[in-house]
Amino acid sequence: MQKNGPIALLFHTLVVAFVLAPLVVICLVAFTPENTLSIPTTSFSLRWFREIFRHPDFVASFVNSLWLATLAATLSVAISVPAALAIDRYEFPGRDALNALFLSPLIIPHLVLGVAFLRLFALIGATGSFGWLVACHVVVITPYVLRLVMASFTGLDRSAEQAAMTLGASHWTVFRRVTAPMILPGITGGWLLAFINSFDELTMSIFVTSPQTVTLPVRMYMYATESIDPMMAAVSALMIALTAAAMLVLDRAFGLDKILVGQK
Amino acid sequence: MSVGRSAATPFWLAGPGALLFLGLVVLPLVLTVILSFHVYDHTTGIKNEFTLAHYAAVFSDEYYLGIFWRTLRLAGLTTLICVLIGAPEAYILSRMRDPWRSVFLLVIIGPLLVSVVVRAFGWSMLLGSTGLVNQALQGLGFDSVRLLYTETAIVIALVHVMLPFMVIPVWTALQKLDPMVEAAAWSLGASHFTALRRVVLPQVSLGMLSGSLIVFGLSASAFAIPGLLGGRRLKMAATLVYDEYMHELNWPLGATIAIIVLVANLVIMLAYNRVIETRARKALG
Repeated sequence: MQKNGPIALLFHTLVVAFVLAPLVVICLVAFTPENTLSIPTTSFSLRWFREIFRHPDFVASFVNSLWLATLAATLSVAISVPAALAIDRYEFPGRDALNALFLSPLIIPHLVLGVAFLRLFALIGATGSFGWLVACHVVVITPYVLRLVMASFTGLDRSAEQAAMTLGASHWTVFRRVTAPMILPGITGGWLLAFINSFDELTMSIFVTSPQTVTLPVRMYMYATESIDPMMAAVSALMIALTAAAMLVLDRAFGLDKILVGQK
Repeated sequence: MSVGRSAATPFWLAGPGALLFLGLVVLPLVLTVILSFHVYDHTTGIKNEFTLAHYAAVFSDEYYLGIFWRTLRLAGLTTLICVLIGAPEAYILSRMRDPWRSVFLLVIIGPLLVSVVVRAFGWSMLLGSTGLVNQALQGLGFDSVRLLYTETAIVIALVHVMLPFMVIPVWTALQKLDPMVEAAAWSLGASHFTALRRVVLPQVSLGMLSGSLIVFGLSASAFAIPGLLGGRRLKMAATLVYDEYMHELNWPLGATIAIIVLVANLVIMLAYNRVIETRARKALG
């Protein structure tokens, strides 16, 4: 193994500083006691975190986003597992087309998806409905789930299933008692990744949310285009903390590098 | 397992998902393409007549062409900077020892999971007129510079958001590279620079290319970064679509621009698939 020289390490330090700078600044400014965006030096305060609770619209959006991401990720898993099973285990006409259809949201910009959903909903009179918003999120996050579930099907040792079958287990029992436990890590990883992606989604959601269904990123975007105050930093710091927690779980369970590097 | 089971089984398994995707991906896109040909009247709204006027307007009006040109320019610049930072960084990471290697890989690609609104907001605090960068400049005795709501701010934040998409493919390519090959080049008398240029670079160039295509595609359709760091006047394609839909209420024109963005993106992604296929063919020998 070769070592990095001093210039390489300096370059690396600068890159890491660049990557972390905006996140660190947010987390510091969130604790300012001042009215302006300043980094606290002498005293720290939680006043801007308390301020969030005086904005019921932010709290409502946060709860809304939590529900949305939970429902969308769960539905996405419910669609992806049987779909992955079909694509991985069966030869049937249109299999490649089906796979391409499921992965297509990855190559369509979210902006275009948002515009397209808006047109459909305007025509069928579904604008502002929470249920349709969930369906939109399912479409956007399913490729991520499908890829992780497919990967765990591909890496599966089939002999355990065959053994169970030989011993007289039905197809359903084999799936429930043998296959499902083996692909569970892929399912859990996919669910978490889908949850994060849904929770963070802005560009598509901004076209299809109504005042009643505004998600947290959309609310933050709207707020930040109007005014910038330390409360935005407090909300952002909370989101960073939430993401970091999810990242830790993902990393402990599967190795985050595997999930993210395998992603693209 | 497929033996002895009905041929309809895969359709039952994948059917619900396929229906959802047909109804919520294919159908809305077709409707949007149709919408882009509808006549729009400022007083009565969308009319049931068809025209090519929106495409003609977008491709002849200097206002729209200027925004497309800015979009391509900033996306190109972002891609170039991402190559210049991301590729060497991936190389440095690959030469680190664990645990540092895993820790820093996590630091570099982890922000991918943090909402882009949060990251854009972080940069608007850093680059604002009283932000940290300007405070540092003043502390060093320089004049403060206007950064926020400039193209510079957009590019800085875009590079920040896109960097992981460059590091990941280069990193993947480097993982497949045997470090002994580089050492062999040295022992045969090649300088470090020559070994890097003649041995390492050819192996990761495909990774750099596929990273560039992803970064370019995502940058060209980015919404939150130009929206928050470009202000109201510095528009890119995505913020232009948003304005046409939400402020001008000219949906057909907005749909036209969105379709142009989509087509451009599909062309880039087809090129990306070509790259991946070439790589696969090379790997097979």
